[in-house]
Amino acid sequence: MNTRNIVLFAGMALLIVLEGSTTFGGIFGGSWNTALFIVNFGLLSAIMSLGVNMQWGYAGLFNVGVVGFIALGGLAPVLIATPPVTEVWTASGAGRLIFALIVGAGVIALAIVLNNRLRGRARLLALCVTLIGGFFLYRALFDPAAEVVEAFNPATNSNLGGLGLPVLLSWPVGAALAAGAAWLIGKTALGLRSDYLAIATLGIGEIIVAVLKNEDWLARGVKNVIGIPRPVPYEVDLQNSPGFVDFAANFGADPVVASTIVVKLLYAALFLVVLLVLTMATELALKSPWGRMMRAIRDNEVAAEAMGKNVTGRHLQIFMLGSAVCGFAGAMMVTMDSLHNPGTYSPLRFTFLIWVMVIVGGSGNNWGAILGGFLISFLWLKVEAWGPAALDYLTSGMDPTSPLRTHLQDSAAHMRLIALGLVLLLVLRFSPRGLIPEK
Amino acid sequence: MSNTGNPYQDDRGNKDRSITNSGGGTMTLPGTSGRATPAPGGPFLAAEMMTGGYGPVDILHDCTLTVEKGEIAVIVGPNGAGKSTAMKAVFGMLNLRGGHVKLDGEDITLLSPQDRVAKGMGFVPQVNNVFPSMSVEENLEMGAFLRRDDFRATMEQVYDLFPILKDKRRQAAGELSGGQRQQVAVGRALMTQPKLLMLDEPTAGVSPIVMDELFDRIIEVARTGISILMVEQNARQALEIADKGYVLVQGANRYTDTGEALLANPEVRRTFLGG
Amino acid sequence: MDLLNAIVALLNFVVIPATAYGAQLALGALGVTLIYGILRFSNFAHGDTMALGTGFVILFTWWLQSMGLSFGPLPTAFLALPLGIALTAAVVLLTDRSVYRFYRKQKAAPVILVIVSMGVMFVMNGVTRFVIGVDEIRFADGAKFLINANDFKAATGLAEGLAFKASQAQTIVTAVAVVALLFWFLNKTRTGKSMRAYSDNEDLALLSGISPERVVAVTWIIASGLAVIAGTLYGLDKSFKAFNYFQLLLPIFASAIVGGLGSPLGAIAGGFLIAFSEVGFTYAWKKVATYVLPESLAPDGLAQLLSTDYKFAVSFAILIVVLLFKPTGLFKGKSV
Repeated sequence: MNTRNIVLFAGMALLIVLEGSTTFGGIFGGSWNTALFIVNFGLLSAIMSLGVNMQWGYAGLFNVGVVGFIALGGLAPVLIATPPVTEVWTASGAGRLIFALIVGAGVIALAIVLNNRLRGRARLLALCVTLIGGFFLYRALFDPAAEVVEAFNPATNSNLGGLGLPVLLSWPVGAALAAGAAWLIGKTALGLRSDYLAIATLGIGEIIVAVLKNEDWLARGVKNVIGIPRPVPYEVDLQNSPGFVDFAANFGADPVVASTIVVKLLYAALFLVVLLVLTMATELALKSPWGRMMRAIRDNEVAAEAMGKNVTGRHLQIFMLGSAVCGFAGAMMVTMDSLHNPGTYSPLRFTFLIWVMVIVGGSGNNWGAILGGFLISFLWLKVEAWGPAALDYLTSGMDPTSPLRTHLQDSAAHMRLIALGLVLLLVLRFSPRGLIPEK
Repeated sequence: MSNTGNPYQDDRGNKDRSITNSGGGTMTLPGTSGRATPAPGGPFLAAEMMTGGYGPVDILHDCTLTVEKGEIAVIVGPNGAGKSTAMKAVFGMLNLRGGHVKLDGEDITLLSPQDRVAKGMGFVPQVNNVFPSMSVEENLEMGAFLRRDDFRATMEQVYDLFPILKDKRRQAAGELSGGQRQQVAVGRALMTQPKLLMLDEPTAGVSPIVMDELFDRIIEVARTGISILMVEQNARQALEIADKGYVLVQGANRYTDTGEALLANPEVRRTFLGG
Repeated sequence: MDLLNAIVALLNFVVIPATAYGAQLALGALGVTLIYGILRFSNFAHGDTMALGTGFVILFTWWLQSMGLSFGPLPTAFLALPLGIALTAAVVLLTDRSVYRFYRKQKAAPVILVIVSMGVMFVMNGVTRFVIGVDEIRFADGAKFLINANDFKAATGLAEGLAFKASQAQTIVTAVAVVALLFWFLNKTRTGKSMRAYSDNEDLALLSGISPERVVAVTWIIASGLAVIAGTLYGLDKSFKAFNYFQLLLPIFASAIVGGLGSPLGAIAGGFLIAFSEVGFTYAWKKVATYVLPESLAPDGLAQLLSTDYKFAVSFAILIVVLLFKPTGLFKGKSV
């Protein structure tokens, strides 16, 4: 941490303090509530961009399916923390469904074994028979079971439910889910003669989101899961507790406002702990022999390979680690929202925006990724407010009923895409190493 | 490429085929794009006192190469002697700090390689010297890209010189054998009707029989009045056909004589021709 | 009779829609593959170039319609197409000038250009939404059907109707014409050959006097033309929605890679392979099966292999299978 970086982080902190304390002619919100919302959003984004930075910054792996890994992590709170829907845990319901999933996995495993053992025509034939036969067997087992599960109480359930365990447990589980998906995809795309990771992640990202949107038995799809248990108290409970009301009164604050702020602060504290632990761990890892090896591979893959380093293996490892971090953040995000809403998983927001954070912050530098996460989150949330205001001002001379003016004002919300794109292009052009360059 | 210092070239070791195509150009041309000035007199090609290199370190030190019209000049020397560099300097592919290049009565030291092609220089690189997915005929057409006149007669001449190319003119150049590919490469360079043809190790990696045939063709080309400047690893065979030979050592001229004389020189034989 | 009915149903629900979709994907993939061949990176902004160009075509269509112009039985959009292409090409060339050219001069690593194209994608996506909004727009006019299902039933006496939408016929005819023109250009003209030469061996192309900036400019113009045509045909066939074009990026990239990146022929083959697989896997085969199979074997369900929500999974699975067995794609290294 040199002076320049401290100044950059202080500047970022100042922006957030200004957001909380002043409106300054409409530029800032003047609300601690929104300021803290930005902080939490920034903390989550910083963790996500740490994950992508591991992949891109340390190993040059191009992951354009970040949204998929975040979404997969976000599944964990539903599966871990929500109460089980005991009614569907019958032999013809959940039992058969899980059996079908095991059969499906078995078919794929068999296909992989056959692919490795056999050669030539026999391989092709065996693979076709296994995969086609396996597919129909799977569907025959799966479809009726899914129907049973989804038929139960569609208004509130229609899913398997979760395990009813503490929600914090779901964070590492989310990481594990994402890492598992990363292993599958990395094993395939990095194991080919050439590296095809980008297109593979693009595809898997779309597929994971499609699964989450459509498989109602899993997490109710686009019907959303609400009321996921939280690791912090509910605002309503705080407002009803006399102790808290007194506590708020001490500050002269309204208990309703105070409760939302306290809840956000508690989340912020939790997230900050995660962020600090992760950053420490990655910084230590980078300084360890493992980190030196990663750098050696990145700088000269041929030489590293000649020295007997398993480049593909290392790449797979770091791809899984980075994805796990994204999954962890996904689980944290769903926990904070108490809401599993796969309809919001857009690649622009959860893949490409994270990339903007990493590039703007500084590829290969963890502190850069964190700063980028905060700064871009801030801009993403604020430009949405600034866009309409700016257009209001620009079009104030126009006839208020003119269709052009209404069109421009309606479109103002899209300003943030243009703004963020320009930020990325300007940084790439004039500061290609990012705000905090790699040492 | 991540340690070149240029952040725009830092790919962080990425080699993802699905987003990047690694087949880009490697040539970094120096920013020379001045004009040619008349400089009558002297040999047909006079590259004299050339000093320079790719970076801050000089590779060539007062190196001089001259070729007369219709002559074959061969540059030989040990590995790392700067043979290819000297030829690239003649072609304008590196910055010269000193010396000059004159061709046919004009000083072309400040011209870019492309402009030198227009002035009558033909260059055949050692590797990657054809367009592999294009047919032989298209390769020749690309050689004549700068010409706006009818180049069919030149193409016939190339086909007369290398009859095998006529038979394979519809075949992709990348599918040809090594020797045939060299013929395409030489043919491509001849399509501009150069006054000086420069060949960077034309026989690298071809069999001895093919090498002899290539040398025969090169003599034929020289007979039509085209000067030849050639870098060769197969020094003995090359000097046999050379009118003039240059032995370079560490970027400087060591011996300069006729091919015959160099072959007869016991010092040269012992040091550079293996006895 | 049953067999005929089955064939008609197959044509109606699988062959014709997949051919039209395949043609649209192929045109999109051709643009991607040309840029990959010449500029050496995959352009993430291609889907948004399609959307922006189609947006321009729609605006020009409305303008022409407001002046009372129409194109007879053909959609007015075809009249607006040249204007849309010209405007899009101008925007893209301006983008090249102001954004990409700098990185070419720096000899930037291709992956840096990919990230740059992400920035361009953001901006273009925003501009498209700004210009034309996010709502679904139908802009097809002119004749709706070449063959109407009811007319077909009446004429043939078959139980199954065959509908051949005008937009599908237009797509197929336009695609064939455009592809023929492109191949003629690449293989027969001096500029086209110089593009292939540049793609093949950049250094040698420079030594032959081919101007890189000219090749790059021509490539951008052709790629924008292909993108606008593909986008307009897709919009006429389905409807225009900016976000859908962004989502087309995966099948388009998959088509280009399956075919062999850099190979125009491969892009076309890949487009049709992906389109037919997508439609084939997500079509409910019950109808065809009931005609062909004896009653005892007729399926109870829809006989749909995958729900249409998973059509991306099909692109992706095909991609992985092809790469596993043929790592360089179906057509490796032919022309560009």
